[in-house]
Amino acid sequence: MKLTGAQILWETLVREGVDVVFGYPGGANLPIYDAMLDYPVRHVLTRHEQGAAHMADGYARASGKVGVAMATSGPGATNLVTGIATAMMDSSPTVFITGQVASKLIGFDAFQETDVTGITLPITKHNYLVTHTEEIGPVLREAFYIARTGRPGPVLVDIAKDAQQHSLEWTYDDKPIKMRGYRPDLRPTSRQIEQALEMISAAKRPLILAGRGVLLSGAMNELRQFAETANVPVAMTLLGISCFPATHPLNLGMMGMHGEAWVNQAIQEADLLLAFGMRFDDRVTGNLKTYAVNAKKIHIEIDPAEVNKNVPVDLALVGDLRDTLRQILAQMQPVSHIDWLSQIARSKGDSAVRDIQNLPPDDHLYAAHVINDLWHTTSGDAMIVTDVGQHQMWTAQYYKQDNPNMWITSGGLGTMGFGLPAAIGAKLARPEADVGAVAGDGGFQMTAAELSTAAQENVKVNVAVMNNGFLGMVRQWQEFFYERRYAATPMRSPDFVKLAEAHGLTGLRVTQRGEVVSAIQQARQTDGTVVIDFRVEQEDSVYPMVPSGADLHNMIRRPMPNPIAETAEDEI
Amino acid sequence: MYHTIVALVEDKPGVLNRVASLFRRRAFNIESLTVGHTESPGVSRMTIVVDSDDQNVERLTSYLYKLVNVIQVEDLTVLPKVTRDLAMIKVSATAENRTHIMQTVDVFRARIVDVTNSSFIIEITGDEDKIEGFVDVLRPLGIIEMVRTGIVAMARGTSPLYVNGNGNGVHA
Ligand SMILES: Cc1ncc(C[n+]2csc(CCOP(=O)(O)OP(=O)(O)O)c2C)c(N)n1
Repeated sequence: MKLTGAQILWETLVREGVDVVFGYPGGANLPIYDAMLDYPVRHVLTRHEQGAAHMADGYARASGKVGVAMATSGPGATNLVTGIATAMMDSSPTVFITGQVASKLIGFDAFQETDVTGITLPITKHNYLVTHTEEIGPVLREAFYIARTGRPGPVLVDIAKDAQQHSLEWTYDDKPIKMRGYRPDLRPTSRQIEQALEMISAAKRPLILAGRGVLLSGAMNELRQFAETANVPVAMTLLGISCFPATHPLNLGMMGMHGEAWVNQAIQEADLLLAFGMRFDDRVTGNLKTYAVNAKKIHIEIDPAEVNKNVPVDLALVGDLRDTLRQILAQMQPVSHIDWLSQIARSKGDSAVRDIQNLPPDDHLYAAHVINDLWHTTSGDAMIVTDVGQHQMWTAQYYKQDNPNMWITSGGLGTMGFGLPAAIGAKLARPEADVGAVAGDGGFQMTAAELSTAAQENVKVNVAVMNNGFLGMVRQWQEFFYERRYAATPMRSPDFVKLAEAHGLTGLRVTQRGEVVSAIQQARQTDGTVVIDFRVEQEDSVYPMVPSGADLHNMIRRPMPNPIAETAEDEI
Repeated sequence: MYHTIVALVEDKPGVLNRVASLFRRRAFNIESLTVGHTESPGVSRMTIVVDSDDQNVERLTSYLYKLVNVIQVEDLTVLPKVTRDLAMIKVSATAENRTHIMQTVDVFRARIVDVTNSSFIIEITGDEDKIEGFVDVLRPLGIIEMVRTGIVAMARGTSPLYVNGNGNGVHA
């Protein structure tokens, strides 16, 4: 069959199982767009290419499938960059397809020519410049293969316009992909498994550090079986949240900069850290010199480059987490760690009057309360997608996520503007899910134009804006470390209710705690995307906090004038 | 400490850029980098000399493996090996010092590859020390121009760079 390069592209995408792509057209990818009309793929026209990139990322995180975004050359492609870097840092399986100027013009500063493979080199797992039609099929197959195997990540394919246009005789090549230099299939030796078993059985105070790798390798059941068999408590990274049920008795919660005190304390007191699919990010470790000095460390990780990168480990098992845990579980003996678990329970008990209960009982609306109520009202079953800032940390702390892959957030890059578009992508991947985006007033406005996409595509997500009139997280740092000099953090915003209405959507406003639940219920019952403008306390801070680079056990706690008694409603 | 790393890479456009960019991004300083063909078609060989400690070089190796076009990486630093560098040195040759230069060239087993009334181009191959020694001797005579290829290295013995892949773990 004689097909154009653009047709070959869609033939290949359809065979890769792509049912929706996010993108924006322009001169250099017009042939691709023209051919698209003849293929059974839904296209979501975004309002900015960054939105398309985050949607593809959100789609990938919610579905586990490869998310696809496309853009034209030059400014279209450069607008993708933030989204690609976000996907790279969080190992999100994504393929980005950009149009490039005709091959004979490459290198001559043609109209809308940009060196896109050069720009994205350090923020992609791999990228390709395609200048010949016959390369399109094989390169795209490789791109999908690389994006989803090993440690997943973004792959960019830049296709010259003439390569999209030329025709050639084409049949689909379904031979297994062979790449000399790409080996995603590492696994530990049986000797290493034995060593791990020995270290595990020798441990008195073991602790699991669970990261996004658990979700990516689908090792949720194995993790749970491991924790329950060996009675090991589980602490999660920001991106690991949802890989282990928050309400499980062995769950400790989130670790790191805004982790609860007892979690970080437990890490510092442990004698064995079992790092599962996590990478000892600086937000997790604090000062490396004082990090978990009493603990031996076992690192199970698919990317050899993460081993011994930040924290030297005693044993590294490089390979797929699920397979590796299965091998360990096959030989692991049940143990109880009663003393250790009760030691942690005691330190948790000391701080059982939690941050959320320490908020002053005034009439103000606190974001932490809103999240707590959101969790109750949705029975903990919503898919939560956050933006970046204080609200993100409060959501991580107070939305007790029990279900895997129902928590989506930009962790590694911390990209403001991620929330709304990622939520739209996630909803398209999982239409049955009740998808809620939580954003700050700052981040929401970075990509608020995607409300228009949600309206045009009739996608329903509920957007909770924690409107504090500040770039809250930066304001918090200014309060703690810059003598409250609020440089460039107060922010005046438009009327978000009217903004929603201008898009033909519903907007609600909440100023008091008593209105929170009914507003959430109303939003969930309303057709179409709803924006709720929560007017929250302006100068509230996220506690506890380990200042950047400080020792993990030295946290800033919420000042406590007169502790308030715990209320039943706020309990887990 | 200087480490001599050999990387076998796919001979594709942009691969040199990927490798060089990795060194820059991960803040490693390249002392010397050479690339050339190998016995297998489609495979190029890079010899890279970096100044770094053992632990960082281990990191560097696994970063290199992250590049999809990198087939194999070996650190030859502590292995018995042959290293070679080639230099071409243009010196001014006067009636008085011509013989002296030619004798020096002989002593170092270098070769004169171009001669004019007032200059020589001398070619010398050897390890770093030898070339540096030679340059020191020539310097007082007046070096007009010099170029060096950078180091290439090969482990001694029969076996080739064995293709076992990554340092950590084994392949399924
Ligand atoms: C694109 C981008 N620019 C800047 C930052 C730095 N930054 C981190 S948090 C934050 C404040 C976010 O404010 P807002 O969206 O209102 O959320 P809040 O912290 O108030 O919940 C800023 C500016 C960032 N993470 N991303």
